[in-house]
Order: sequence, then C-alpha cells, then structure tokens
Amino acid sequence: MYKYDEYDQQMVDTRVAEFRDQVRRRLAGELTEDQFKPLRLQNGLYLQLHAYMLRVAVPYGTMNSAQMKVLGDIADKYDRGYGHFTTRTNIQYNWIKLEDTPDALADLAKVEMHAIQTSGNCIRNISSDQYAGASADEVVDPRPYAELLRQWSSFHPEFLVLPRKFKIAVIASEIDRAAMRLHDIGINLVRNEAGEVGAEFYVGGGMGRTPFVAKKIKDFVPIDQMVTYAEACVRVYNRYGRRDNKYKARIKILVHELGLEAYSKEVDAEFAHLLTQPIEPPLAELERIQAMFVDPAFETGLSDDLDLSDPDFRLWVERNTFAHKAPGYVIANVSLKPIGGIPGDATSDQIRLMAELAKDYSFDELRVTHAQNIVFPHVKKSDLYALWQKLEKADLSTPNLDTVGDIIACPGLDYCSLANARSIPVAQKISERFGSAERQAEIGELKLKISGCINACGHHHAGHIGILGVDKKGKENYQLLLGGSEGADTSLAKITGPGFDEDGVVDATEKAIDVYLANKQGDERFLDTYRRIGMAPFKEAIYG
Amino acid sequence: MKIVTANDLKSGAVIWWTGVGWSLDVDEAADVGDDGAKVIAREEGAQNAVSAYVIDAEKDDQGVRPAHIKERIRAFGPTVRLDLTVKPADANAVNWVI
Repeated sequence: MYKYDEYDQQMVDTRVAEFRDQVRRRLAGELTEDQFKPLRLQNGLYLQLHAYMLRVAVPYGTMNSAQMKVLGDIADKYDRGYGHFTTRTNIQYNWIKLEDTPDALADLAKVEMHAIQTSGNCIRNISSDQYAGASADEVVDPRPYAELLRQWSSFHPEFLVLPRKFKIAVIASEIDRAAMRLHDIGINLVRNEAGEVGAEFYVGGGMGRTPFVAKKIKDFVPIDQMVTYAEACVRVYNRYGRRDNKYKARIKILVHELGLEAYSKEVDAEFAHLLTQPIEPPLAELERIQAMFVDPAFETGLSDDLDLSDPDFRLWVERNTFAHKAPGYVIANVSLKPIGGIPGDATSDQIRLMAELAKDYSFDELRVTHAQNIVFPHVKKSDLYALWQKLEKADLSTPNLDTVGDIIACPGLDYCSLANARSIPVAQKISERFGSAERQAEIGELKLKISGCINACGHHHAGHIGILGVDKKGKENYQLLLGGSEGADTSLAKITGPGFDEDGVVDATEKAIDVYLANKQGDERFLDTYRRIGMAPFKEAIYG
Repeated sequence: MKIVTANDLKSGAVIWWTGVGWSLDVDEAADVGDDGAKVIAREEGAQNAVSAYVIDAEKDDQGVRPAHIKERIRAFGPTVRLDLTVKPADANAVNWVI
C-alpha cells in the first residue's frame, strides 16, 4: 500500500489546520455562508437534507486496517454510529457537526486520509479495480498508476476549477470491474506486442442526466507519457468545456458536440506541446510508488482444497469469492446488502470488525467497491471458514454478490437534498421480495441499480435493471429501465415506459424478471436474454 | 401557510422559524405570510441559520405538515432509520411523511 511521504503528510496536515481556521472564522461570523461554502466543499463537507455530510476519500478504494478502524471510530465520535460506502468508493457520514469537522479531519490525517477533492469541480477520487493486485487476469496492478494520477491531480493548480467535476478510473484487465467506460476519463493498462505497459485511453463517459459510454481515444500511450496525455485531455476540456450551463458542462458533452475526431485532434496538438514541457513525473517516481504495492508475503505450497460441508458457507463461497492469483488464496467479498438492509451502510462496530478481520486474515488490506461492498483481497483458503463465521456473527455474510439483492442505491430523498424520490425503501422492498437464496440462485447474475434523481449517483443507467426516482406533481414516481451494463460490454439502459409508485415499480421489476426466467436459454444472464429478445416482451408483461 | 426552514449553522440540524427564534420541531413553525424573504435575510445575516427557504405547509389539529415530501422528511428524519427520526418509538409515524 502507498505510504505518505513527508510532503503528502505536510499537505494534508496543513489543509486541516487551514480548514480549522476557516471554520473558526465562520463560527465567529467573520465569513459569510457564501464565502465559506466553497471552502467547506473543498474539504468534502456538504450541507444535506438533515445535516452536514462529510465525504471521505478512499483513493482507488484501498485501505489498511488502521484506516478502516478510524472510519469506524469517526462514526462513533462525530456521527451517529454508522457510515455509508458510496459508488465512488468513498465513505459518507450523514450527521457531522460543523464544529466537529476539523477534529474529524485531524483524526483522518493521522492515518493518511482526507476529504480533499471529494466535492467541487475538480478531479475527484480516482477509482480502480477492487481486485487489483489479487486477481489473475490483470496485466499489472493498476493502483500505482492510479496513485501517480492521484498525486498529479491533487491540488493541480489548473484543474481545481474545471467546468464541472471530473472522474477517472484506472483498470488493468479485460474484465472491467470499475465501470471504467462510464467515467470522464477511463484508462485501461495494457501491454503492446513488445510487452511494454501502456495506457489505453477512453474519454467522455458518464451517467447523470445525459449518459454516454466513453469512446476510445488512444490505443496505447507509453507509460512514461500517461500523465502528460491525461493532462492534455483535461486541458482541452478545461479550455473548451461549457461553463454557461452546468448541465452541459461535463466532458462527455464536449466530446459529443465536438465529435471524437475534433476533440482528439485538439488533444494531440496539446499533447505534442506538453511533450516539450517537463511535466511527466520521472519513471523513478512510478517505481518508488510501485515498490509500495509489491505482493504481500504469500505462503507457498498451500492447498486449494476447501471444506464445503457447511451448506451456508458453501453458498457464500460460491457467490461471494473470486479466484486469487496465488495458489491457496482467495478474494472474499463482504456484501453490505443484507436482506432488507440499506445498501452500503455499515455500523461503526461492523467497520471496526472488518478492520480487525483484514488484519488477521487479509494482510492488513481492504477494498471498497463501486458496488458499495467491501473486499478482503488476500485470504488464505484455510482461513476462509473462520473468516466467514466471524462475518456471519456480525450480519456481514449475505451471499448475494452480483445478484438481484446486491443493489446499488444512492442515499435518495432520505438523505440527499438533490434527490426527487427515495431510493432506499425501493431497494429494501426488492431485496426482501427476492430474499431467498433459492430465488437468487434461480435468477443468477442481475445488477440492479437505483437512483433517486437524474444525477444518477445510483448508476441506474448501467443496471441490467435500473430504477430512477422522479418527482411527479409532488409525488415520488419511479421509472424502470432495462439493459444497462457497466462491464466490458458497457451499455446504457432504456426506459420501459410510464413510471410507477413505490410498490408498482417493485411489481414491475418482478414481472421483468419473470419474463427473463421464462425466456432464458442455457446460462444466459438477465442482460443476455434482454439483448436477445429485446424490450417488447418485457413491455408487454409490464404494461400489457 | 408559509413557513421558513433552514439548517443550524453549528450542528447542521433542520430548524423551523417560530416567529421569535428557531425550533427543531416543525409543529412550532410560524406562518410568515409574505415576510419569508425578510426573515431569511435577517436570520442569515445573524449567521445562526444557513440555507433558509420558504415552503408551503398546512396546519390542523395534528400540527404543521409541510406540503412537499422533501420537507416532511426534513421534519421527520430518514424514513429508513426510524431510530434517527423525531419519533423513534412510533413505528407508524413514518406514515405522516408518505
């Protein structure tokens, strides 16, 4: 894992001290809210529906046990005993007091964490593959490259006031587990024929009110030019992106309106110019970072055998684990989606328990996923049963990864001041309706995503089944969408037709799933069947 | 009736203008008539309240009920965490929101 050097630590500590003084001046009446608001947002502090909300960055979703423990402690010390893991692999606290925020940030700084650039029109937390460094299918561990980009984008003087927020994902495998093509910039690390690592660049993806799948702009950027090429992409956006209309200000609109060819031409010109400037970090810096991401000391000669005689354990292993690159090890997923629960929420005790378990069973490492779950990346198979038993006691062993119960949902109108409708109650009802393990097994992989407004924080555009909450004459109303995907086969979901009330959209979801089950062939997933038979049979069942 | 809601500067808590000060209880909200803008300007100037705005509400024997679900959730708390609402012991209280 990356360790702060003295410059990193000094930057974060200085920022805490600066914000402490800004809060003091605000509370003393020396700053107005108009003056203070941009300052608090730069430190991840929003004012939400019920209270202040603090969003803490988890860079590329990677944490150690000490960091995770502090996240649990903050939930108790400054909030109401729980936190909410988000689709940006961050954590949010919903009840933070303004006067406590500097202390919370100081606690975070002690474990090399912060809330900088988790808000505002800047480059946000960079996300990556939650199985980075553990899965056998990756070209390289993408995290050192994500870290290099994090350092480049942190406090970047040109990019702190972009036309709109800017999100980057970095992956390094054919299986996209980070929704890479739904980012402003997506980077897929690849090898060329000579075996050299380089960056395949995608631009202009995103969800929100105008969703686009990112387009490939470059097949291979040499790794010692990756930061420079990213700089060129963002510079062109910063120069030409619209600032007159926030709804048309994202890079996806610029790429769409200019066209990829014209945008690419501008980027190439800027890139050529930047190559004459010494802006690329020396390779030695990447190597310094990479040295902090070496594999943990995996034991050798371990058996791959697992005793699966406990049927509940067997179900969890089948559903929630993934092959590890090292023999005798496995990647274990903790679903934060108990039946009828609130997607992404974890109590302070659960957070601290996961921290402790990571120390005992996963080389001190955890990951947060964009699907709002937690990963233990390196678990010895011989330890897996003991780990599962401890998770089970804490209601953290729900065996539903990537099934209809593993719902992504934004906080919705229960917490968010931008939302039009509540997301969580819909997620809870669907989770309960499809709660039985048998039903989930029959349905198989089904990614269901719910947003409480058009901003799409719940990724409804990318759901095999997506649900969008809207305000219809003062009442909550829910649109149903089908056919989205976020993986290598990224696609945008289409609306089925008129919306429903809360119970109606749960019924409509069940009807859509029934159509799939009646029409599936072989091992088809819901998405495969939808793509083969099209929207019509689903509409007929839902509205006919 | 027209009432004014805001957030407390220090805690961020949802507050309601009573005519003489701020309350955490929506039932104590006062009808500000056409004076909402004046109340907001004065109170935000005093720097005790932030993000103040005027909403429509109704008052009956049960108390004050904001017209829109968003403000009813602000007044009540998150409908999915009854323990964090103003009526944690009343399982049916959420019906007031919906």
